[in-house]
Amino acid sequence: MRPSRRFDPLWMLGPTLVLLVVFFFVPLLQAAKSSLYEWDLLTPPRYVGLDNYRALIDSGELGHALSTTLIMSAVVVVGSMALGLGLALALNRPTRFAGFVRSAVFSAYVVSWVSVALLWLWVLDADAGALTALCRALHLPTTHWLGNPKSALYALSGVTIWKIAGYSMVLFLAGLQDIPRSLYEAASLDGAGAWQRFVNVTWPLLRPTAAFVGTTSLIISFQVFDVVRVMTQGGPVRSTSVFVYAIYEQVFLNLRVGRASALVVVFFVLLLGLTALQLWAWRKKGAA
Amino acid sequence: MSGRETRTLRSPLTDGVVNVLLGLVAAVWLLPYLWMLSTSFKTLPEIVRAPTAPLPSGLDLGAYRAVLESMPLARYFWNTTVMALGIAFTQIAVALPAGYALAKLKFAGRGVAFGLVVATLLIPAQVRFVPVFALLAEVGWVNTMTALILPFGVSAFGTFLIRQALMSVPDSLIEAARMDGASELRIIYGLLGPMLRPTLVSFFLFSFVYHWNDYFWPLVMTTDDAVRTLPLGIALLREQGTGVRWHIVMAGNVLLSAPALAVFAFAQRHLLRAVASKA
Repeated sequence: MRPSRRFDPLWMLGPTLVLLVVFFFVPLLQAAKSSLYEWDLLTPPRYVGLDNYRALIDSGELGHALSTTLIMSAVVVVGSMALGLGLALALNRPTRFAGFVRSAVFSAYVVSWVSVALLWLWVLDADAGALTALCRALHLPTTHWLGNPKSALYALSGVTIWKIAGYSMVLFLAGLQDIPRSLYEAASLDGAGAWQRFVNVTWPLLRPTAAFVGTTSLIISFQVFDVVRVMTQGGPVRSTSVFVYAIYEQVFLNLRVGRASALVVVFFVLLLGLTALQLWAWRKKGAA
Repeated sequence: MSGRETRTLRSPLTDGVVNVLLGLVAAVWLLPYLWMLSTSFKTLPEIVRAPTAPLPSGLDLGAYRAVLESMPLARYFWNTTVMALGIAFTQIAVALPAGYALAKLKFAGRGVAFGLVVATLLIPAQVRFVPVFALLAEVGWVNTMTALILPFGVSAFGTFLIRQALMSVPDSLIEAARMDGASELRIIYGLLGPMLRPTLVSFFLFSFVYHWNDYFWPLVMTTDDAVRTLPLGIALLREQGTGVRWHIVMAGNVLLSAPALAVFAFAQRHLLRAVASKA
């Protein structure tokens, strides 16, 4: 349709575009610029070229942030997808009980990260926590889950899986319901067992959904911050200092805006790569 | 939800095994909430003596009283609600005309404008908070509601959703309204807004819950009790060196998670639709 007056689109899109420029695009450019300066938020910024990037690499901070983030993301993506898919397959039926379990699992996705973090901080408490007590009762080995640098990152990954498994479950359920029933009937007539039906019918048709769930979960786990801030503050011995937490620490604890901005730039480039992956997965989904 | 196709192919035995496993799954997700609730009614001596006792000896409200005494809870609650409502309403008010222009009007630069909106999906809060903080500090807006609401005034997801919904509204309807002399403003907010109600309700709830729960942005934008939000205040309960006073932390957590769970209980369908439409 033609606009009834020529400049109508301008005022309709005006607020959106102004907000986009002021709060998204200018900040992004600003971050790129700040990454070349040394700035403590108090005294005037000083141009230092690529020193911030060099310092991040030389001190090993960049490598450390990358490795913690990648390990956590890998555990979270694989764990939440496997759990989400398993639950979707088991819960794809119209009984009230299945509906109840679906709601229970999805509720964690709706509750705040802070709530989840506090909840699990208590459950995982080394002295009085319920999980520790359960492990002792079952004679399983137990540890100071969040206080041990070897286990803390995995404990946080587990909590994150608990939080977002409902998300992948919901998307997998939607994917399952798009699969035509006739395909299963045909496979059964051909004598295919449950496993063969899964391998030959369910999984191929679910693969585009899986690609989408995988990339979005990857982006979610790349941005993990709240559980780290509330549960471990990056410790013990920086073992849970993931990317966003490292950025936060540089700004608010070290007052190093330049260093933080350099981390932001690297983080943004990584997200860009992940999103390209997502678009590619999404295209495939559209084609299927 | 329909799932009969797989059901008919299952034997009663596997059904039984699956049900037991699902019962365990439900326990893994529900027991932590019940554990939180139970802990919040305990007293300090109880926690010290038998921390893992499943039930409190009575419904002691001391922990809730302690939460109320340690923070301006009503203030935090009010701040959080105002912020989340403010963001959700602003997003819809801004996205409706934008979505209308993008879906229905032909003009030069439409593709570019749409591209810019979608591109912001690439720039999450964690990427932009440092410069935005510096900008807001310069104009003296740190520690204000504006700093919490305005940077989220535009939602790429919301604009996209509204645009999609408007594309299926027939042009003839809008043309008829124009013939009747309705202004564009009236068409957008008076005619199309109400028509898109289901989409808007889903998006509103999604946005409201998301920002009600948000921790990161209020954390970096506020230092002052006057604008602090509930997730921040409750998380502070833990940082104050509470030691073993878990009953207080859990009482705070009950107060923080109850509203989100209530919205979930009443609007599960809407939230599920918002999540599914994101895909």
